Amino acid sequence: MSMRLREELEAYLFLLPWILGFLIFLVGPLAASLYFSLADYNILQPPKLVGLANYQTMFADDPLFLKSLRITAIYTFASVPLIVTLGYLVALLLNQKVRGLAVWRTIFYLPAVVSGVAVAVMWVWVFDPDGGIVNNLLRLVGIEGPAWFTDPDWALTTLILTSLWGIGGGMVVYLAGMQGVPTHLYEACELDGGGTWNRFRHVTLPMTTPVIFFNLLIGIIGSWQVFTNAFVITNGGPANATLFYVLFLYRQGWKYHKMGYASALAWVLFFIILIFTIVVFKTSGWVYYESDQADQSK
Amino acid sequence: MVMTHTLYYLILATVGTMLMVPFLWMVVSSVKAEHEIFSIPTTWIPERIRWENYTHALESFPFFRSLLNTLFITVSVIVGRLLSTSLAAYAFARMRFRLRTPMFVLVLSTLMIPYHVTLIPTYILFTRLGWIDTFLPLIVPNWLGLGAFYIFLLRQFFMTVPSEMNDAARIDGCSHFGIFARVILPLSIPALATVTIFTFLEQWNDFLAPIIYLNSPDKHTLAIAIQFYRQSASGAGWGPVRTWAHLMVVSLLTMAPCLLLFFFAQRYFIQGVVISGVKG
Repeated sequence: MSMRLREELEAYLFLLPWILGFLIFLVGPLAASLYFSLADYNILQPPKLVGLANYQTMFADDPLFLKSLRITAIYTFASVPLIVTLGYLVALLLNQKVRGLAVWRTIFYLPAVVSGVAVAVMWVWVFDPDGGIVNNLLRLVGIEGPAWFTDPDWALTTLILTSLWGIGGGMVVYLAGMQGVPTHLYEACELDGGGTWNRFRHVTLPMTTPVIFFNLLIGIIGSWQVFTNAFVITNGGPANATLFYVLFLYRQGWKYHKMGYASALAWVLFFIILIFTIVVFKTSGWVYYESDQADQSK
Repeated sequence: MVMTHTLYYLILATVGTMLMVPFLWMVVSSVKAEHEIFSIPTTWIPERIRWENYTHALESFPFFRSLLNTLFITVSVIVGRLLSTSLAAYAFARMRFRLRTPMFVLVLSTLMIPYHVTLIPTYILFTRLGWIDTFLPLIVPNWLGLGAFYIFLLRQFFMTVPSEMNDAARIDGCSHFGIFARVILPLSIPALATVTIFTFLEQWNDFLAPIIYLNSPDKHTLAIAIQFYRQSASGAGWGPVRTWAHLMVVSLLTMAPCLLLFFFAQRYFIQGVVISGVKG
């Protein structure tokens, strides 16, 4: 057996776990999911093909679907830009040669490390209408705060506010990007008589646009998949004000056992994320890429 | 100049305090009496430090069982993911085979597919296999290279290992597996640590998969155990006495390993976001 062929076979051996996983947990389920999405399926009886009925129901006949779509879209358009901007501003401050950088970075990043149910429980208290810390603080300045999670008009806003706790996750990436900007660019800018604003506008900002782009994309994809907070804190309520898309999908599948409908919902989610991704890429003219250096692998 | 710097510190301190207050409050509340937790205005020093909240919470909440379950799942997933993704990453970084580029594109394209699209058929598959209410659905997929992001991350790192080391080992008659195990892996400890940490946090805090696959209380992970504890305690609003303090204790204890991990391995956290976010 030639070396070449041997290496070829060996490579597939290295990839065997992934190939198996790809077929069993991705290709198979994708095909099945597509099939289920065209069927009535409650697990107990075999799937019954119904054509595009599930998709028709969704858009023509299911106000809750449209509501969950709207809620998740509002969340995405409010939360992602806020997190990206605030995280970037904090990173800019930390990049100003402040003292105790490591300590600051720890403080800002810490909330991004914890998540899930424990944090959700914490938010329930922080925004408790009576003895919660937010309303207690507002009382100190004479304002009677809203009922936050328990007021249908405020619940979604409150969830958006809690998402800001995670600005540190993006901030660390921005900061790393800012610190990777070659100093000779700043020196060149200074020679041209550029001040603080020009250094930011013509060096820092363009050089960090790829990092902003990365965080924007990850943020959008993540926000369409919000589940834990909506489930634990508000359970979709009050009055379905926080019925996030994935929570709606989960209920259709695991509460009402409409696996066909839930599969169709999952495919719509996939297309939404795909469209957002394409739009973000298509409008990425503002992202500045330094002419790529030679591939390190060669 | 001094003025602007003072302003910077003022902003940083304000934002930092806002981020830290919920944490601090949890710590304080965990040793408070129930009536103090919702006192108006908020008090920051408990009347008396009630350590007994901790023992009481651990009596009423199945902490150690859930902790063991969570640890078992997390560690199994980490081991499986490290093995399967690093093998795949090595093939993409260092081996020559005809389908290398198309297969790598395939790996990257799987990043686009949300977990939820495959969730239902996978759930039905595990139902048929009789794996519901076992840890297998949470563990097995991760032994089969699920986690394209980590393959990508490790490949990027492996590519930075100088290839002369590869060639030298080749000349010495080392097989690819030998190079992988003896040259690449030892040189990639930082990247492997990053994968470990990210996977730990992801598994520790996961909610959707455990709530779908684990039914009986003795199988619960910490995340769903807390949720059930909450529900059982809140008959009418927040019913029984000291429930909130107990909930704070349990939540804090659940967060603690993540915080500890962060303090001890901060370097790898930062490095991980840099590899994935800046160079990616």
